[in-house]
Amino acid sequence: MREAGIIAGFALRESLRRRVFLVVGLLTVAFLVLYGLGTWQLFDTVGNFDTPIKGVDAKIVAGATILGLAMFATLFLGTILAVFLTLGAVRGDAERGLLQPILVRPLRRRTVLLGRFAAAAGVCGVYVILVFLAATVITRAFSGWWPDRLAVPALQLAAAVAIIAALSLGGSVLLASTANGIAIFMLFGAGLTAGLLGQIGNALGSDTLDHVSTAVSWALPFEALYQAALSALTQDTVGFTRLAIQLGPFGGAQSAGPLLWPFVLAYLLAVGGAAAAAFARRDL
Amino acid sequence: MAAALEASDVRKTYGSVEALKGVSLSVEEGELVGLLGPNGAGKSTLVKIACGLVRPTAGTTRIAGAPGYLAELFRFPDWLTADETLGFHQRLASSDGGERERARLLEAVGLAEACARRVGEMSKGMQQRLGIAQAMIGSPRLLLLDEPTSALDPAGRRTVRRLLEDLRGQGVAVLLNSHLLSEVELVCDRVAIIARGELVAAGTPDQLSRPGGVEVETAGGTRMFPEARREDAPAIVRDLVAAGEDVYEVRVLRSSLEDAYLEAVGEA
Repeated sequence: MREAGIIAGFALRESLRRRVFLVVGLLTVAFLVLYGLGTWQLFDTVGNFDTPIKGVDAKIVAGATILGLAMFATLFLGTILAVFLTLGAVRGDAERGLLQPILVRPLRRRTVLLGRFAAAAGVCGVYVILVFLAATVITRAFSGWWPDRLAVPALQLAAAVAIIAALSLGGSVLLASTANGIAIFMLFGAGLTAGLLGQIGNALGSDTLDHVSTAVSWALPFEALYQAALSALTQDTVGFTRLAIQLGPFGGAQSAGPLLWPFVLAYLLAVGGAAAAAFARRDL
Repeated sequence: MAAALEASDVRKTYGSVEALKGVSLSVEEGELVGLLGPNGAGKSTLVKIACGLVRPTAGTTRIAGAPGYLAELFRFPDWLTADETLGFHQRLASSDGGERERARLLEAVGLAEACARRVGEMSKGMQQRLGIAQAMIGSPRLLLLDEPTSALDPAGRRTVRRLLEDLRGQGVAVLLNSHLLSEVELVCDRVAIIARGELVAAGTPDQLSRPGGVEVETAGGTRMFPEARREDAPAIVRDLVAAGEDVYEVRVLRSSLEDAYLEAVGEA
C-alpha cells in the first residue's frame, strides 16, 4: 500500500506540474458561468408561464431537467479527465520507457495499477462532486429549487467516473494510448446511447429496447449510476411532475435498486483483477 | 564466490521467433561481465528477463536482491529535476540514503551541477548519466546496464568506466550489455557473446583472443614471426642478436576482441 501511495502521489504531482488542474479548473469555471447564464434564462422564462400545466410543477421539472443536463456535462467532463489521466498508464508509459525503471525497484505490477487508479478515481471523483454541488447551488440561486437527494447523486457520479477510470486503466494494459482513448469514449457513448434507447423504449412501450438498455446499463454501470443519480434528484417527487422529468433529454431517470452499489464494487474488482492479470503476463 | 546473477537454460519465444534458445550465464559478486552480440541477438531480452520485465518461456533466473537496472530505451518524466528523479526512486526502493546518497550518485556520474535541472532540459547524454545514477540507488549488489554509454561522449564514457571499476572494487556485480567492444575489453573481467539467441562464446578477453605471432623491430626493418607465441619471444631475440641484428622493439600480437567477436558471431 505504501508503494501504491507513492505512485498515486506521483501521478497527482505530475498533473499539478503539467497544469492539468489549472486548465481543468479554468474550463470548469467557464462551464459553470455558462450554466448559470442558461439557468437564469430558463427560470426567467418559466416564471413567465401564463398558463401552468395542471399537475405539473414547472419549477421542479425545469430544475431537475437543467440540473440533469449539468450532471450529463459533469459526467462528460469527469470522463475526459479520467481518460486522459489513465489512457497511457501502462502500454503508453512502457513504450515511452517510463515504466521499466519503476517496475524493477521492484514494484508489483498490480501496485502500479492500484496507485494509478487511486489517483485518477480520487481526482475525478472529487472533481465531479464539486462541479455537481456548484451546479446545484447555481440552480437553487436562480430557481429556489433543491433536489430531493444531494449526497447520493454526487456519490453516484463519483462512482461513475471511477468506473471509467478503471476501464481506461484496464484498456491501457492492452491498447496503445490513442486506441484506448477512442475505445473508452466509444464505450461512454454506447452507454449514453443505451440510456436514450431505453427512454425511447419506455415511451414506445418497446420491451426489446427496454431490455437492451437495461443490459447495457449493467454491462457499463457508469450509465446505470448516471440514471440512478438522475432519479435521485427527484426521488420524492410523484405524479405528472415525475413523469415529465422521466422524459428528460439525457436518458431515463431509473433507480437501479439496492444491488447497484454491490454490483459497482464487484465490477470494479473484476475490471481491476482482469487488468492486473493481463499486466502480469505482459512483456515489457 | 556467490553468484549475483544465475541464468539457467533461459528460453524465450515471441510467436514463431526464438529470441533465446537456452542461454545459461552467471555473474559473480564483484565481477564485471560484458554481454556482446549483434542487433537482435537476444541480449536485451536476457537482461529484461533477469530483472523481471519479460517472462521467460522456459528456464530460470536467480538474482541477489533487487537489481539496479538501466534500460536501453528509457525515459524519466521530463517535469522532474535530477534530484527529484532520484528522490522518487529512493522512495520506491525504500532507500534511506536521503540527500547524501543523491548528492553522492550525482557526483559519481558527473551531474552534481545539474541536480536542480529538469530532465526535459537535459541532453541525451546527461539523461543517460542520470539513468546510471538511478540504477545505483539503494546500493544494489547487481547492476544490469543495457547500453549505458551509447549516448555519452568520450569523457562521459571514461567517467562511467571508472565508476564501473569502483563498483567492482566494492563487490558489485555488473552485467554490461554494450556494442562498444573496446569499452567491454577495457573494463570487463569476462565476456559472453550471444548470437541468434545462443551463447556462442564466453571467457576472459584474453581467453577469447588468439595468439597472432611476434613482431620484432630491428635495424633492418620489421621482422614477423606469425607462428610464434609469447614464450618464444626471448629465443627469437637471442637468435637475432646472435645473428648480428640490433633489436629495438618486440611486440607479442594477439587477435583483438573484435576479431574474436566477429568470428564467434559468424561474420569474420
